[in-house]
Amino acid sequence: MSEIVSKHTVSVLVDNEPGVLARVIGLISGRGYNIDSLTVAEVDAEKHISRITIVAPGTEQTVNKMISQLQRIVPVKRAANVTFENQGIEREMALVKIVSTGEKRVESMRLSDVFRARVIDTTHDSFVFELNGSPRKIDAFIDLMKPLGLSEVSRTGVVAIARGTEKM
Amino acid sequence: MVNIQMTGAQMVLQAFEDHKVDTIFGYPGGAVLPIYDELAKERDTNQPIRHYLVRHEQGASHSAEGYARSSGKVGVMLVTSGPGVTNAVTGLTDAMMDSIPIVCISGQVPTHLIGTDAFQECDAVGITRPCTKHNWLVKDINDLSRILHEAFYVASSGRPGPVLVDIPKDIQFQTGTYIGPETVKHKSYRPKLKANIDQIDDALKLIADAEKPIFYTGGGVINSGNAAVQLLREFVRLTGFPITSTLQGLGAYPGDDSQFIGMLGMHGTYEANMAMNECDLMINIGARFDDRITGKIDEFSPNSKKIHIDIDPSSINKIVKVDAPLIGDVAHVLEDSIKLWKSKVYKINKSSLKEWWKTIDKWKEKDSLKYVRDKNIIKPQHAIQRLYELTKDKDVFVTTEVGQHQMWAAQYYKFNKPNRWITSGGLGTMGFGLPAAIGAQVAHPDKLVIDIAGEASILMCIQEMSTAIQHKLPVKIFIINNQYMGMVRQWQELLHDKRYSHSYTDALPDFVKLAEAYGAKGIRAQKPIELDKAINEMIEYDGPVIFDCVVEQNENVFPMIPSGKAHNEMLLGDETEKEEISDEGKVLV
Ligand SMILES: Cc1ncc(C[n+]2csc(CCOP(=O)(O)OP(=O)(O)O)c2C)c(N)n1
Ligand SMILES: [Mg+2]
Repeated sequence: MSEIVSKHTVSVLVDNEPGVLARVIGLISGRGYNIDSLTVAEVDAEKHISRITIVAPGTEQTVNKMISQLQRIVPVKRAANVTFENQGIEREMALVKIVSTGEKRVESMRLSDVFRARVIDTTHDSFVFELNGSPRKIDAFIDLMKPLGLSEVSRTGVVAIARGTEKM
Repeated sequence: MVNIQMTGAQMVLQAFEDHKVDTIFGYPGGAVLPIYDELAKERDTNQPIRHYLVRHEQGASHSAEGYARSSGKVGVMLVTSGPGVTNAVTGLTDAMMDSIPIVCISGQVPTHLIGTDAFQECDAVGITRPCTKHNWLVKDINDLSRILHEAFYVASSGRPGPVLVDIPKDIQFQTGTYIGPETVKHKSYRPKLKANIDQIDDALKLIADAEKPIFYTGGGVINSGNAAVQLLREFVRLTGFPITSTLQGLGAYPGDDSQFIGMLGMHGTYEANMAMNECDLMINIGARFDDRITGKIDEFSPNSKKIHIDIDPSSINKIVKVDAPLIGDVAHVLEDSIKLWKSKVYKINKSSLKEWWKTIDKWKEKDSLKYVRDKNIIKPQHAIQRLYELTKDKDVFVTTEVGQHQMWAAQYYKFNKPNRWITSGGLGTMGFGLPAAIGAQVAHPDKLVIDIAGEASILMCIQEMSTAIQHKLPVKIFIINNQYMGMVRQWQELLHDKRYSHSYTDALPDFVKLAEAYGAKGIRAQKPIELDKAINEMIEYDGPVIFDCVVEQNENVFPMIPSGKAHNEMLLGDETEKEEISDEGKVLV
């Protein structure tokens, strides 16, 4: 097993009942794992199933351990590593506010085009861009915006799903 | 019994009846009064629930554990909100660590007061979330019966554990629909009982190929039940392999059988730990590679292949990487294994096994449990040996507190049946033994129940003496009184240059008088020649006894694998090997 620490994306299907998020988060933090991002929403309104997506740094082994411990929680139905490298697709949305004028403002507009970001709010000296894509793409966009008046960022956190016919 | 109207409090009692609960341990308070009221109304029916009034909610939790461990049933407890719940937390955590099925019903302030810091309000589900297998706050009367049934199901299936159902007082008063347990099925929780047959076959091939095999069994065998115990015995005899057990597994395989080579781990026998170290195949059945067992993890059994049978998938590869994981219930997996072993006509490697036994017998010659007896002072090991010899013809249930006496009890008291040995292993809770003994005595009113105690531990739940008296439970408390928190003193001697910081107990009570104050019998033995007579007097007395066995103060538990050391670096005690313990070892507990 690889000893390299990298980011892992873990999907957890749970019964959507009170306290379930606290159970999942409590287990992860109580055992000393960190969380980089977390998303949660109901995905089956009839069966009341929610999907929690957690991005956590760790070695393959620690993440597997975390997954098996998550499976011990009674309302957890399934947990799996859906990291990009494990045939997963990851997407995230970000709202990025740029405050600048002149050259910088033009350049930020030009770059947003390259990244297919949409302008969803504008004033004479600001933009709010909406950007979708892999977490890496969003990281890259934010990096480029830093010298161009980056003011504020809000990110949804990662959602992920397996490629192909495979179902969790 | 489907769909009838009743109050929440009545539903709790109805669920008890439907789940064949006839015994509960509890303590009343404002937030559970409606339930206690139902208990009072029910008292005159022909099969009332037997409620054992404890003296502290920690006592209720350990009594429920003792009841569960000794009977294989679910232990049930009832406590009030706020301090009632917080007092129960130690017992819930203990049950979580040792996988004991407990259903704890707690009262809560009425729903409209939740979150207002009301009198005796606490976030019961928040506080107990990490120390229960699952818990529920009931917010609607019509959910209550379903939740109660789920609670019993979750507590007792898969890897057992404690659960808590928190019921606000208004819900206890409200009327709603009770649905019977037969119609309730948990939405998603279905533990896997049977292991994959091809994987079993792979494991059997390893068994057939092994030259230096060992069975390493744990509490999971006992949790799985009597069938698992019988199948384990059959499989071990079928193979002729040596078998060792964890602290929690004692009794699953007979302690006096020639294939049993003693307990393993920090205070296990020399032969058991050496065999674990040098084996080429380890068959772990229902144990979890706990740090008390493995010692230094990098040097744990370096040359063996490992089979691991466990119902809890998260136990597999958690600490030690195994070659053949078998996820399932011990009884199911062993049954399939034995069938397959016979149908495939697998054979063990007889000649290498013979050699292996020769090696083990050599290790046995070290006689690692020997100690020096004394004419004038009772040695603690001797006290437990005599207790064993004088009670072994009876079907005895032994509980313990935590410390040296616990380890000596594990080493010198031999168990031939499961569920007879009840000790706090995972959490190591001082104060466990007396309430646990009370629970075991409740489950087995006519059996001899002994709490092997330390003089420090016993004081942590001594108030339960009063429970024993009230309910006429003739538990025997056998205190190995060394005046020290002996286990702490031993570590200070070995790791902290004999600086005995706060491990000597000054101002101990006179235990004989203490017994009498409660209305029990007190007995004291100070000299080896008094011992047998005094033990017999204790056994024969029809009522609770506190036995103050005054022993050598400086005795240590050996063998010992110091923290951070490997199995083959055991201290045997007689050798004057004064080994330095590394700084790395010192930080371990
Ligand atoms: C509740 C609790 N507090 C502290 C400890 C740490 N501890 C472990 S053994 C021990 C000493 C127990 O002394 P005693 O009951 O006299 O038993 P002995 O070791 O002397 O046989 C202590 C303090 C513990 N296990 N449990
Ligand atoms: Mg002591």
